[in-house]
Amino acid sequence: MKNTLIILLIFPTLILAQQSQKKIVTSQFIVNGNCEMCKKTIEKAALSVKGVKMAKWDIPSNQLSLIFNQRKVDVINIHNTIAKSGYSTSEIKAKKEDYNKLPMCCQY
Amino acid sequence: MKINLLIACLYCSLIFSQEYIIGSIQYKENDKIYPLEGANVFWQDTSVGTSTNGEGFFELEKKPKRSLLVISHLGFKTDTVNIKAAKKINHFLTKAPEEKLDGVILSQKRKSIQKSFIETQNILKISSEELLKAACCNLSESFETNPSIDVNFSDALSGTRQIKMLGLSSPYILISEENIPMVRGASQAYGLTFTPGTWVESIQISKGAGSVTNGFESITGQINSELQKPSFDAPFFLNLYGSINGRYEVNMHTNYKLGDKLSVGLYTHADKRSQKFDNNGDDFIDLPISDQVNIMNRWQYINTEKGWISLFSLRWMKDEKLLGSIDFIPSIHKGKLNKWGSEIDTNRFDSSFKIGYVFPHIPYQSFGFQIAFSDHDQQAYYGIRNYNINQKSFYSNLLFNSIIGNTQNKFKVGINYSYDQYDENVDSLQYQRLDKNIGSFFELTHDNGINFSWIAGARLDHHSNIGTFFTPRLHIRFIPIDDIVLRLSGGAGRKVANIFAENQNLFSTARKINIQSNGGLIYGLNPEKAWNYGLGLTKTFYISNTHQLSAFMDYYITNFIDQVVVDWENFDQISFYNLRGKSIAKSFHIEIDYSYQNLINMRLAFKNYDVRQDYMSGYKEKPLLAKNRFFVNIGIESKTTPRGRQWLWDLTFHLVGNQRLVETIRDDLNSYSPIYSIWNFQLSRVFSKKFEIYLGGENIGNFKQTNPIIGSNDPFGINFDSSQIYAPIFGGMIYSGLRIKI
Repeated sequence: MKNTLIILLIFPTLILAQQSQKKIVTSQFIVNGNCEMCKKTIEKAALSVKGVKMAKWDIPSNQLSLIFNQRKVDVINIHNTIAKSGYSTSEIKAKKEDYNKLPMCCQY
Repeated sequence: MKINLLIACLYCSLIFSQEYIIGSIQYKENDKIYPLEGANVFWQDTSVGTSTNGEGFFELEKKPKRSLLVISHLGFKTDTVNIKAAKKINHFLTKAPEEKLDGVILSQKRKSIQKSFIETQNILKISSEELLKAACCNLSESFETNPSIDVNFSDALSGTRQIKMLGLSSPYILISEENIPMVRGASQAYGLTFTPGTWVESIQISKGAGSVTNGFESITGQINSELQKPSFDAPFFLNLYGSINGRYEVNMHTNYKLGDKLSVGLYTHADKRSQKFDNNGDDFIDLPISDQVNIMNRWQYINTEKGWISLFSLRWMKDEKLLGSIDFIPSIHKGKLNKWGSEIDTNRFDSSFKIGYVFPHIPYQSFGFQIAFSDHDQQAYYGIRNYNINQKSFYSNLLFNSIIGNTQNKFKVGINYSYDQYDENVDSLQYQRLDKNIGSFFELTHDNGINFSWIAGARLDHHSNIGTFFTPRLHIRFIPIDDIVLRLSGGAGRKVANIFAENQNLFSTARKINIQSNGGLIYGLNPEKAWNYGLGLTKTFYISNTHQLSAFMDYYITNFIDQVVVDWENFDQISFYNLRGKSIAKSFHIEIDYSYQNLINMRLAFKNYDVRQDYMSGYKEKPLLAKNRFFVNIGIESKTTPRGRQWLWDLTFHLVGNQRLVETIRDDLNSYSPIYSIWNFQLSRVFSKKFEIYLGGENIGNFKQTNPIIGSNDPFGINFDSSQIYAPIFGGMIYSGLRIKI
């Protein structure tokens, strides 16, 4: 019982200590897309890159907001992964064959 | 040809005569400057505009007589800039606080009751809009338009309503206010009437085992109400209410902003019912004479830049009820055997403090801490019986939210401590008890973002009267094909049975209290333990953009391992004993919701309950519980005129099936109550955002239970019993009122 409590108290502090090293950064870029389905695919693709903590894509502005660990991930990798899922980003254009695999509603 | 040339020349000269303005739009974050792409730039009151490119630049032709340029972007404050002679501008937009996105008009109105499609748990969210549908006076009356909660009267005298969920009464529901357990222990009988309806901002109802973060006490579900917050509520709100059964109410909210971070609010409520009615001629007043004053002061601090948010509340409530014989006068008849009367006086003080911190730039990580203290004091007599209870309660909770890997896996971890000191006087007996509990919990949520999510939670508690125990809970949500959501849940819950506070209606009877002790720590009884399992199915049908149709179905089983059985089966006594045998509650609910352009909303629901337990006299259905219920709610709204005028009309129909009655001199053994129906309606006229009036009726079909009080002609005799109530005592009632919001 006591041990559990100690672990539970120490656990958050450990995470705090980790965060304080400022390796967690935020970034935004444009990913072309148009619907709710795109949102799911884009966010899922971004999160599949190891080190990406959070990904939120905004439909009207096409802006993808990311939070990631800069020691583990290179931003260009995120661009590549998203392009591979069929969506062009501000850096990398999606290949025609990947784009064609997208559902009809997502082909912009 | 000539004409063409002429046109071309004119055109050229037009182009040349046109002046352009160029500029760039940027924003600052962490002292760094970033270009703002996609910002809308247009001349005020015109449709002439453009948007900025990737570097934040724009070019826009000048309009004669126009000098005000509007610059807007989602998530930023909209600015209007006065351009006189300038040809080049450089402007910074500032980020808007998340709650206030100016200039964003949501094309789809939020439904007043939302069945969540996304949430893993079976959660129902009721907005303040839905709460307005039944100009409800307090929290206990705000479930009338909601089929998930059943509302019954607890006795024939106090006018108190009791709620049930999944066929089990409110002690098995964890009722919290802003996530602090609220209606429990001493406040179990009347606690829901101590929260004024207008103070409630929204209610979340979650069926089934629920989350472990708020404690182990929820067995059938959780009801959490969020109250109005000074930062978001209107600066001034006034509600006046009057009904033909002699009830008057005033609610007033005032909110004031002290700077841009701190807000203060004062919420006051007073109600009074002073007229005596005896429409059924049994010499007892049908609804109590009552008085309530309720005052709350809240301070809210929000600092979005630093990520701190805090709320401090103080609240004081005084409630007095007088019930019983129509010519009972407390100063003359109290304690005597000629007239039966009762007074219930409650004083309650509440204070709470919450503080939350969201890590800057890591919105998925946060800390929360809350602390609450309350003192509940009730002094009451019922004829020649007495019941006083005092509960001092302390609650604190520390919570940490974060993620594992990425936001697809979130977790909550925390500890909580609670302390409850009870002092009770039951006739001439005294009971004192101290409940102390320390618990830690961990909850993991996985969501693949597409079609599958689960929440697994567990808590370990050490309770002074229950012992050390483990409470696991699991929720799964799965979308096998489009438009179908499947939910599964399962989990345990435990509870200490406050037998007198939870069954206060026993005091307005002549029944003898019979506790069959087995040496347990709580009134000689053992704590309660149950498992709850649930299955839910949601399907939405696409008809067209204007018609929305969806169907819901759920089935829950609550299986008690141990329970304190409340046995009313013998007419002259009420017995409490620990379960020997089985106690199972099964609940089936099917519902169809239809909406046409959000102007017509219709809800049809059917519920079937099968709640049985082993009594001393055998395995029986729980008395006074309708096996079948049918519910219809129709809401019709007119389109809002440009000046904000609107009509709203709402009708609710309840069909309540047979209920088993226990054997008394009024009811035979194995008899059932008749099937009856209740109609409620409300008509509202909105004159503007600031002013509206409403007119409503409750039980307009005028169904009344005949002979609600057993042995009313001899209230000190052995047959006297006002607890056997299956229908309303008071017939039709009309009310009216107004709301002012500035």
